[in-house]
Amino acid sequence: MQNRAYPRFLKNFVAAAAAALIIAALPIATLRAQDLKSFEQKITTKVLSNGLTLIICSRPDAPVFSYNTFIDAGDVDDPTGDSGLAHMFEHLAFKGTTEIGTTDYAAEKVALAKVEETNKAYEAEYLKQVGKDPKKLEELHKAFLEAQTEAHKYVVPNQFTEVAEQNGASGLNASTGLDDTQYYWSMPENRLELWAWLESARLADAVPREFYKERDVVLEERRMRTDSNPIGRLVEQFLATAYVAHNYGRSSVGWPSEVNQLSATEAMEFHSKYYVGGNIVVTVVGDVDAKTAMPILEKYFSKVPAGPKPEDLTTVEPRQFAEKSLIIREQTQPFYIEGYHRPSYHDPDDAVYDAIQDIMSNGRVSRLYRSLVEQQQIAAEAEGFSPFPGAKYPNLFAFYAVPLPGHTPAEMRDAIHKEIDKLKSAEVTDAELQMYKTRARADLLRGLADNQGLANALSEYQTRYGDWRELFLQLDRVDKVTKADIRRVANRIFVGSNRTSAEIDTEAPPAGAGKPGDGKNGGAE
Amino acid sequence: MRSMMKGASTILLATATLAAIASPSVLTAQQSKPWEKIPIPAMHEFKPHQPTRIQLKNGIVVFLQEDHELPFVSGSVVIPGGERDVEPAKAGLVGMYGEAWRTSGTEKMSGDAMDDFLEAKAAHVETGGDIDSTEVSWDSLKGDANQVFELAMDLLFHPKFSEEKLQLAQQQAAAGIVRRNDDEGAIATREASKLVYGANSPYTRQPELATIGAVTVADMQAWHDRTLKGKLIVAIAGDFDPAAMEAKVRATFERLPTVAASSPRHDEFKGPTPGVYFINKDDVNQSNVEIVGLGTDRRNPDVPALAVMNEILGGGFGSRLFQKVRTELGLAYAVGGGLGFDYDHPGTLRVEVLTKSPSTVDATKAALTEIKGLTAEPFSDVELKRAKDNILNSFLFRYDTRDKVLAERVKLEFYGYPADYLETYRTALEKVSLADVTQAAKKYIQPAKLAVLVVGNEPEIKPGLDSLDMGAVHPVDITIKQPQRPAGTAGQARQ
Repeated sequence: MQNRAYPRFLKNFVAAAAAALIIAALPIATLRAQDLKSFEQKITTKVLSNGLTLIICSRPDAPVFSYNTFIDAGDVDDPTGDSGLAHMFEHLAFKGTTEIGTTDYAAEKVALAKVEETNKAYEAEYLKQVGKDPKKLEELHKAFLEAQTEAHKYVVPNQFTEVAEQNGASGLNASTGLDDTQYYWSMPENRLELWAWLESARLADAVPREFYKERDVVLEERRMRTDSNPIGRLVEQFLATAYVAHNYGRSSVGWPSEVNQLSATEAMEFHSKYYVGGNIVVTVVGDVDAKTAMPILEKYFSKVPAGPKPEDLTTVEPRQFAEKSLIIREQTQPFYIEGYHRPSYHDPDDAVYDAIQDIMSNGRVSRLYRSLVEQQQIAAEAEGFSPFPGAKYPNLFAFYAVPLPGHTPAEMRDAIHKEIDKLKSAEVTDAELQMYKTRARADLLRGLADNQGLANALSEYQTRYGDWRELFLQLDRVDKVTKADIRRVANRIFVGSNRTSAEIDTEAPPAGAGKPGDGKNGGAE
Repeated sequence: MRSMMKGASTILLATATLAAIASPSVLTAQQSKPWEKIPIPAMHEFKPHQPTRIQLKNGIVVFLQEDHELPFVSGSVVIPGGERDVEPAKAGLVGMYGEAWRTSGTEKMSGDAMDDFLEAKAAHVETGGDIDSTEVSWDSLKGDANQVFELAMDLLFHPKFSEEKLQLAQQQAAAGIVRRNDDEGAIATREASKLVYGANSPYTRQPELATIGAVTVADMQAWHDRTLKGKLIVAIAGDFDPAAMEAKVRATFERLPTVAASSPRHDEFKGPTPGVYFINKDDVNQSNVEIVGLGTDRRNPDVPALAVMNEILGGGFGSRLFQKVRTELGLAYAVGGGLGFDYDHPGTLRVEVLTKSPSTVDATKAALTEIKGLTAEPFSDVELKRAKDNILNSFLFRYDTRDKVLAERVKLEFYGYPADYLETYRTALEKVSLADVTQAAKKYIQPAKLAVLVVGNEPEIKPGLDSLDMGAVHPVDITIKQPQRPAGTAGQARQ
């Protein structure tokens, strides 16, 4: 009973892998002044004395609300050697506080300190290059495991999430991107205060319990998304190749050797630095009256430690001056992706990139679909997308294509380049530009009907622009995009020396490729 | 980027023999539970906004759901008949029909012209197909609603299937076929269903290069003409005037002949042949384990008890599977499952665990223990309360928007369920007792009838699957058939 489209290979991956495809996720349209005006009446904001920003948007259609907690820190902020740390903390944020998830926090605290101490000793021995003593290592590991067993005695597993779920939480989840970390769920409106208690407690009062078990869970997440998935493997290598200095090139789920060495101490240091009032926006959308709700939210969220926004990264990706490419030869189907460095979302041309993406990729009228899929019939799908893998810092404008059987990555590359050349050598049509502007506005309007989507967008725009109104005011920038802008920007960034490409070339299975002990199941045909 | 739970809504079953026994005692040890002191006021009164239902004389049913919040109008026409009704030699027909129907267009306007026309208005008309139905749907800004409706109706009544667009759909389908063994999770899901329903069942048989190649334009036209005689369900939502809309819909659909009743299906559902099945994939470091059996259908009066059992086994963070396999053992990120119930045929019992290759056997055993525990480990009052609270307190998210209410009504109409099904279901859930769950588990969980499927990297799986002690390991051949193609050419796919 539901529509099913053909598999959208990369789309699925990108959607899952980049929750932080922010600004593009809700295409920015220009709204008329009355749209903004009507929202100004529904929205109340308050900055607390600890710096935390609260936004309440009243939408009383049904007795429910959705929330989004937006932390302006993600895996791009992981310290060197600790890739995956922001994500590890996100998992910890489901483990409870000093009041929930424990039978006796005072005793648990002592036991957790012991876990850290034994882990430190074990890790020091483990990392020794010279003079590592296997027997000592084993003893230290045993002590580490015993300390965990002791600490576990005080744990009420998953109590935080159980309380939320028993009170009707729906869509309970969180995501860590390179730029940010977001927590969200929806609930019946009469649980607003209970939610405020839970959410503020985990921001202010997180306890690093069961950290090392959770590290194993996160490594399984990596195996699922990256190691055991051909596109996951390709994209990780693609980004690592495209970037030489900035953390956008680093595995965001974390390199296995680094995730394996993360400690609860490090996760809590990350928390102390980034989970401060000035770095957090909390938005609630739904059947909530700001007059009565704001004081409740203020009471609970004032508990979050005060603090200014932490400094941003100093590293700026140096200008690329040589084309880079990488080829994975394996027995999976062919694939092609390429990317060009572009500025961050702060750039005055940000909307021009959106326009290029729309004209090249949006629907069956898009240039890449018409050329590669419909006319040449060489690809199952072909699109350009941006910003990737994040938006906050200079990032990539990427293109990918999925070859049809019998066609190669090289054909994808040539066909994409032909379309890019057209953008550079001639202006787009008036109809194409107008289509972009019309669709951007309609898509923004459509997004307003969903409590969770709206909460996410308000949090994000408040964080990224310092004012949620920018969600609507972006209209101006969209409207100002000209045909000449598109041609100018295309000529500036879509050049060979600014390009990184990656592809999967399909290898034939080795002759007689049956697996040992599994003769019937080999790849030989 | 990554989220805490994978596919939580689809499958997430959990277990915890230990947790279930352990948690009541630790809970009592907890000194205070400050969250329990927070007042929970009465909820604001709420009655879901039901659409208007209009039954035409010819049997066609229309739902109109007004919603003036935003200036859009959307609609759909659902047509009975889907992939399960396709002859096996043409498997894949409905998927390609769903594509080519729209991309071909009509006598008046080609699909390409339709693309230009609609996209300039940020509007959509789309077609698609599934296992038991096909559909045309549309949406647009209010100002364009009349034009877009006319276009959708033109497509519904006067499609002109083109050779060229069928070919395009065939190429897309072929790309899906040759790529279907690249993704481990997709292999596991697909092959697990085949174990339950049988490889040649109408519910699982898969398109092959030969079967999609056998589909012609005449086949699509014949399919269209045949299915359009069925009981159509028209649903329209958004910012419109109800009287004018009703008149328009009547004018369009009342002239059609009396709908033909769809012939009842007589499918057999035997469930899997018990045992261990294995598919080797040498480019992964994680095994996908699927434990499967036969489920039931939604008309079964035991469904409310089974829903509560599912919640205890795999519903969310507090469930037995999640507590044990993920939280306590750290063996998986993705773990879940439950006994499925479909609207008009038995669903599948399916528990899934994704775990690193070396822990395949440990994780499988842990999950099996939790499944068996449903009949061996008594359910506690705490578990029952948690499960029922979870389901009932979030129940209103099934109808908290007008679109959801409309979609639910269309579904109930399609499968012939009463319009108040959700209310009676909710009432039945409220009444589920410990004895009901215990009885349902004993009746429907039959560990000896389960099959275990593992997709993974054989040399890394240590200990091997023989140590599951479930008999010989049966390899499953997933080689993609390559008809009429010399080996080593395009589209070559490995297993």
